[in-house]
Amino acid sequence: MAEHLPPKERTKIPRQSMPEQDAHERAHNFDEVNLGLEIVVAEKEAQRCLACNDPKCVQGCPVGVKIREFVDLVMDGEYLKAAAKIREDNVLPAVTGRVCPQENQCEGSCILGKRFSPLAIGHLERFVADYEQATGQVGLPDRAPLTGKKVAIVGSGPAGLSCAGDLVLKGHRVTVFEALHEIGGVLLYGIPEFRLPKEIVRNEVDNLSKMGVDFQTNVVVGKTVTVDELLGEEGYDALFIATGAGLPKFMNLPGEHLGGVYSANEFLTRVNLMKAYDSEHYDSPIYDCRDRNVAVIGGGNTAMDAVRSALRLGAKNAFIIYRRSEEEMPARREEVHHAKDEGVQFMNLHNPVEFLGNDDGYLTAVRLIKMELGPEDESGRRKPIPMEGSEFDLPLDVAIIAIGTGANPLVQSTTPDMQTNKWGYIVADEQTLRTTKRGVFAGGDIVSGSATVILAMGAGRTAARSIHDYLITAEW
Amino acid sequence: MFPIREATFLALDVKLLRIEAPRIARRREAGQFVIVRVHEHGERIPLTIADSDVDQGTITIIVQGIGKTTKLINMLETGDVIQDVVGPLGEASEVSLFGTVVVIGGGVGTAIAYPTAVAMKQAGNRVLSIIGAKTKDLIILKEQMQATSDALFVMTDDGSDGTQGFVTQKLVELLQGGEQIDRVLAIGPIPMMSAVADVTRPHGIKTIVSLNPIMVDGTGMCGGCRVTVGGQSRFACVDGPEFDAHDVDFKILAQRNTLYRAQERAALESLEADPAGDLEEIRHCRLEQKHPEVGPQAK
Repeated sequence: MAEHLPPKERTKIPRQSMPEQDAHERAHNFDEVNLGLEIVVAEKEAQRCLACNDPKCVQGCPVGVKIREFVDLVMDGEYLKAAAKIREDNVLPAVTGRVCPQENQCEGSCILGKRFSPLAIGHLERFVADYEQATGQVGLPDRAPLTGKKVAIVGSGPAGLSCAGDLVLKGHRVTVFEALHEIGGVLLYGIPEFRLPKEIVRNEVDNLSKMGVDFQTNVVVGKTVTVDELLGEEGYDALFIATGAGLPKFMNLPGEHLGGVYSANEFLTRVNLMKAYDSEHYDSPIYDCRDRNVAVIGGGNTAMDAVRSALRLGAKNAFIIYRRSEEEMPARREEVHHAKDEGVQFMNLHNPVEFLGNDDGYLTAVRLIKMELGPEDESGRRKPIPMEGSEFDLPLDVAIIAIGTGANPLVQSTTPDMQTNKWGYIVADEQTLRTTKRGVFAGGDIVSGSATVILAMGAGRTAARSIHDYLITAEW
Repeated sequence: MFPIREATFLALDVKLLRIEAPRIARRREAGQFVIVRVHEHGERIPLTIADSDVDQGTITIIVQGIGKTTKLINMLETGDVIQDVVGPLGEASEVSLFGTVVVIGGGVGTAIAYPTAVAMKQAGNRVLSIIGAKTKDLIILKEQMQATSDALFVMTDDGSDGTQGFVTQKLVELLQGGEQIDRVLAIGPIPMMSAVADVTRPHGIKTIVSLNPIMVDGTGMCGGCRVTVGGQSRFACVDGPEFDAHDVDFKILAQRNTLYRAQERAALESLEADPAGDLEEIRHCRLEQKHPEVGPQAK
């Protein structure tokens, strides 16, 4: 238990740092990079909170976690209560504590950050969630009496899981359908072990099972069963589509078919879901990266995950090739910093124009062109412009394309009366997440396009509220 | 968990498995496939659905043991269980009344061609089938193909069954004999499909092939199965698996299919040296199924 200090004293405490695995060591293993805060350190960090009357951090959180209240409980040594407080708004605290871009959300809004470093809210969230898991005393909220209503959720990523958690508590019967063989969606196939251990995801999924959520793997809605069948003969009263933005974008450059050219989705799925890094025990192969040159094209979190995975698979040189400068990079700051510490080489202001291969169809090099930044474009970032005549070849064995993803059309293509936009994303009302088809809601990346775990979770919560209203009132 | 209701060898290293998967059985159409993962440590591989029985809730796959996973599947018996089966995936074969359709099956490709041959026949087409293999013992589904075809031609490399020669020889013969062919479906090894495309191209006969590139998820998520068709990159799992043979770049397809050759060889060698570990993992699943109470502790 830590003392509540006067505000002046609080600002004197420096932001407590997160202990990490040594950079040289961790670049060769898949164990988690961040090691978590010790109790005393967490309490000391919690003491820094200014306990604002009108906490900006809460407004900065897409799911509205009661940050001030949970931090207060940490200071009082009430870690389990703190965890339960987070769970009121966030069903995956151990996940978001690790993968949220806090610098743009809660911590970005923290008043302390104006003159000092912001409160380490993400690290504290992770601390209480891990503490809760370690004690095995997860404070699961109580479930309301059964309503007799059935809801199907399509996709078990962050949007689907958070919607499932909220709806089951309201007393509805909830079944989550997942196309892959394991529950978790992008948390499982996308984010690597060293950033989000799969054990953490499994624990959170187990918690949802205990709360009453039914999970069915190996069901591709749109193929194995259609939306109309679920709403018809299978007797579901409402449906939430949370299939994410799973379709990898390629660059349509010459040589993209070459062996050694991957989408980030494939590379990460092989490494994470199929555990190709543990070839002694798992059968799925991955292109041998040992002593090879590997480059990842892109500057987002997925690009960082892929390049750091390649390093861990033994790459001699691991490059990030990004067409803008570091300032415009969309990745979380911590990931960029970790990647640099581990030895990733950043080739900013470069863009590939062609992949070059040998007669056997294997990649040997990428032809790059240098870029410079022009005036701002519609995204508000300075537009990269190719510098004519600056092309050169970088010898390369593996190229991983991480320039974003699009909408997977499987559900939409067999649900003709549900409207999609010109990019194939599902059209849903911003407030209610209702689609144009009665009883069907959609949210997360399949509506917004690629975003973050926490925004998807926010959409899941909104959908849960809206679905609950619909089930109770039967009004569309 | 997907229980195997029947497992029988059709030919050397070629096994038929009838698997309980009621949802897939109900929706499956000719030309579609499933992704199978044998056990917790297995890889995901695509296998075409050869047949289904809605009443029994089963699907049939026919598997040639080539690499580790397919060899392991061929070791499974009635009563064993497969960890994961997901589908039906891919687009169904385009079936309508074309007139005379030649269905060509090379080796185990016959198993993939068979359901479409049946559908073509049911749609009122005149179906001429050519099935081929290295030798007599590797010819599969001969009686079934006979039953669904207006004429069946068997070709073997060594002449031990039917006529000696490649399937393309028979196709050339039919064309030279003045046979009016409206459509060709060719499924088999890549060199065979490529050769068939070369035969029909000058005649302008629409020719369809079913491609079997390396896949992971089978739902369009990874892009590993991309094939070059008409100069465009297409995903075999969601845009295919069937494509116009005259547009397919078979060279790229063949090259991409060798990507993991070294790892595949090593995996196969380790299975052949000691299959016990893998089989135990599967048989343990069977224990779990029959006696759920011993479940995790038994591990």
